[in-house]
Amino acid sequence: MNPSKSKKFEVLTFIEKLGPVLALVFLVLLVTVMNPSFLEINNILNLLRQVSINALIAFGMTFVILTAGIDLSVGSILAFTGAVTANLIVAGVQPVFALIIGIVLGGILGAINGLIITIGGAAPFIVTLATMTIYRGATYVFTNGNPITGANMTNSFFFQVLGRGYFLGIPFPIVIMLIGFIILYVLLHKMPFGRKTYAIGGNPKAAFVSGIKINKVTIWIYSISGMMAAIAGVILTSRLNSAQPDAGTSYEMDAIAAVVLGGTSLAGGKGRLLGTLVGALIIGTLNNGMNLLGISSFYQQIVKGIVIIIAVLLDRRKSN
Amino acid sequence: MKIEMTGITKAFGQNKVLKGVNFDILPGEIHALMGENGAGKSTLMNILTGIIAQDEGLIKVDDQIVNYPNAMVAEQAGISFIHQEMNNYGEMTVLENMFINREITNRFGINDTQTMRKQAQLYLEKLGVAIKLDQPINTLSVGNQQLIEIAKSLMTDAQIIIMDEPTAALSEKEIQNLFKIVKELQKGNVSFVYISHRMEEIMMLCDRVTVMRDGISVSTNNIKEININKIVKDMVGRELTDFYPKRTPKFGDVFLEVRNFSSTGLFNNINFKVHAGEIMAFSGLMGAGRTEIMRSIFGIDSFDSGQIYLHNKHIINKTPADAISNGIGFITENRKDEGLILEDSISNNIDLPSLDGFTKRGILDTKIIDIFVDKLIKRLHIKAMSSQDTVSSLSGGNQQKVVVAKWIGAGSKVLILDEPTRGVDVGAKHDIYELMNELTDRGVAIIMISSDLPEVIGMSDTITVIYEGQVSGTLTTKETTQEEIMTLATGGASNESIKK
Repeated sequence: MNPSKSKKFEVLTFIEKLGPVLALVFLVLLVTVMNPSFLEINNILNLLRQVSINALIAFGMTFVILTAGIDLSVGSILAFTGAVTANLIVAGVQPVFALIIGIVLGGILGAINGLIITIGGAAPFIVTLATMTIYRGATYVFTNGNPITGANMTNSFFFQVLGRGYFLGIPFPIVIMLIGFIILYVLLHKMPFGRKTYAIGGNPKAAFVSGIKINKVTIWIYSISGMMAAIAGVILTSRLNSAQPDAGTSYEMDAIAAVVLGGTSLAGGKGRLLGTLVGALIIGTLNNGMNLLGISSFYQQIVKGIVIIIAVLLDRRKSN
Repeated sequence: MKIEMTGITKAFGQNKVLKGVNFDILPGEIHALMGENGAGKSTLMNILTGIIAQDEGLIKVDDQIVNYPNAMVAEQAGISFIHQEMNNYGEMTVLENMFINREITNRFGINDTQTMRKQAQLYLEKLGVAIKLDQPINTLSVGNQQLIEIAKSLMTDAQIIIMDEPTAALSEKEIQNLFKIVKELQKGNVSFVYISHRMEEIMMLCDRVTVMRDGISVSTNNIKEININKIVKDMVGRELTDFYPKRTPKFGDVFLEVRNFSSTGLFNNINFKVHAGEIMAFSGLMGAGRTEIMRSIFGIDSFDSGQIYLHNKHIINKTPADAISNGIGFITENRKDEGLILEDSISNNIDLPSLDGFTKRGILDTKIIDIFVDKLIKRLHIKAMSSQDTVSSLSGGNQQKVVVAKWIGAGSKVLILDEPTRGVDVGAKHDIYELMNELTDRGVAIIMISSDLPEVIGMSDTITVIYEGQVSGTLTTKETTQEEIMTLATGGASNESIKK
């Protein structure tokens, strides 16, 4: 390879890495110009809190998509684990234990996805499409279709803090999002597990021959996705002070959008967790900005869709 | 059809790939085009067929200056290029593949299958092959897929057919069949450009040979007036006196032993032993079961019965992960498919099997990984700007070295190499051979699957010949000949030569 080609390559990868950030900066400037109150600290904290739930789900989704998979069941896992956690607390279980049980349950539901996909050899899209309705149905069965709420939830300081509390003036969901980001960042970019994730997405056959236990890693990845959805579910339940059986409907779409906007390839093997955080922020800024500007929520959906298409088109251009 | 290319130059950015190449093709000749990977052979042929445009230079076809704007036009003019990696639509049938993008339709625009079928049949008969038109093309052997490509070329009335490494994945029998067909077509005044690394084939098949080196055409000669040494010298610019580097093998104890190894329909009752420090060649025809045996040993595929012993200890390799922890490494036959993550960096490919050994409190130690990778890159002479280059940007030979580096890095005590030098240029071949010798000096046991008989004779200490899934002979290399191996590989048993 000659030097000039490699230089060009470096510039390209630089833009590739920075593309989503530039888009976010542009968006922030645009909204600020149109309504300067966007940059007020309260609004920013509000925005970040709104983003946190989607971001947590999207972090887990990043692992899944890096293996060229997809997890459509996250919204249903969120609802089911939220309902179970709420029910346990209402029944008198210590909120801390209820929370742990909820997260473990999310991990198990995710692992079921992973098991069917690996051992059963079925396509992730179909498997998680099916479990999406199964887990949602299970939620309705479990809750009888009614929201779960109770005095134990309202009276538990621990549980209230999760969704509504502050830490050094920062809303607690944001803190959880940042902790989740750091843990998963280390896992993905600093540990063998992350490298194996990329290898499975890059070339599963080569990864297998190189001694990577593909099934084990893949099951863990779907399990992580389930756990992240469960954490988001608990935050949402705390925030609303009740578990809604239809919570999290279509959350998988926002999570996938955040991952793709962040530059992760749906074909697997390429992408970064920081990109996903930026992607989630882009979606959050769009929502928040359009609300500030008084754009009707009907139009908001259209704009969001258009932004995603533009992002994907730009991404295709890069890879060609 | 006569072709004359003069003074062809081409640069990609700063990189001058062709520096004034002259090349001509006479009607009805088989013209070999040789040179190390990266010498510019493919670029030259891409220019001839309009895939890319030259910077300078003239192309004359039958004394007319031409510049084909794309491959389609060149094809219509009678020049077709059969690429090394065939662009087949695997799930579609043979017939659909033969007429892809040039379907014959009736006046309603509906595909006229009858006419297409008749035409296809005609050309396949011309080639003397019986292939069912309705089977998916990926159920054909690579050899038959190649013949379909030739039939496609003939359907466009090709006068000049360019073949890039056509025999790389063919069995001996298929090669003979291909040559027969090429010779037959030659009588009909069709010319061939034959790109290959295999000397023996070129000496056997071709009329003239042009050697390229670093973007120039070094020499063009009649085959009858040249010998292999001269061609090799032109290719590398130096004399390769000892093409297969010598070594004095020092055998240790039996390292790996396979007993009564069977898998229904693939191989049956396989027994062999490899000593520390030994290079054992696994010879036989393509499809004899050599690769399948090794895949089962390594835990990629399952098997029915039999045992594997390492140092007289029974081991079970359920998955490659088990095999690796038992100290076995496997350089698979198809590096792009199973050996490499092409779009990832050299570094990330090399450390893949060793990742878990490079952690400090669970976190990857990038400093140690860098040192580790750099050492291997130097040791194997991998030519790259940096360890962060993507593997896909490397030449075939260097890609193969990356695969080898992976397994050396993983500390394998037994290395299985499946066709380690296929599609690899002469220089890289030599590097790989020297490395094999260096490894055996350190007590590594090597099993080398190879279809290249000179390579088998030149490199191995012992030879196990496989014929139709069974061991048909165990030979000591010093006491055997290519003829004997070939006899055993084709089922002609010569009992007195089988030494246990």
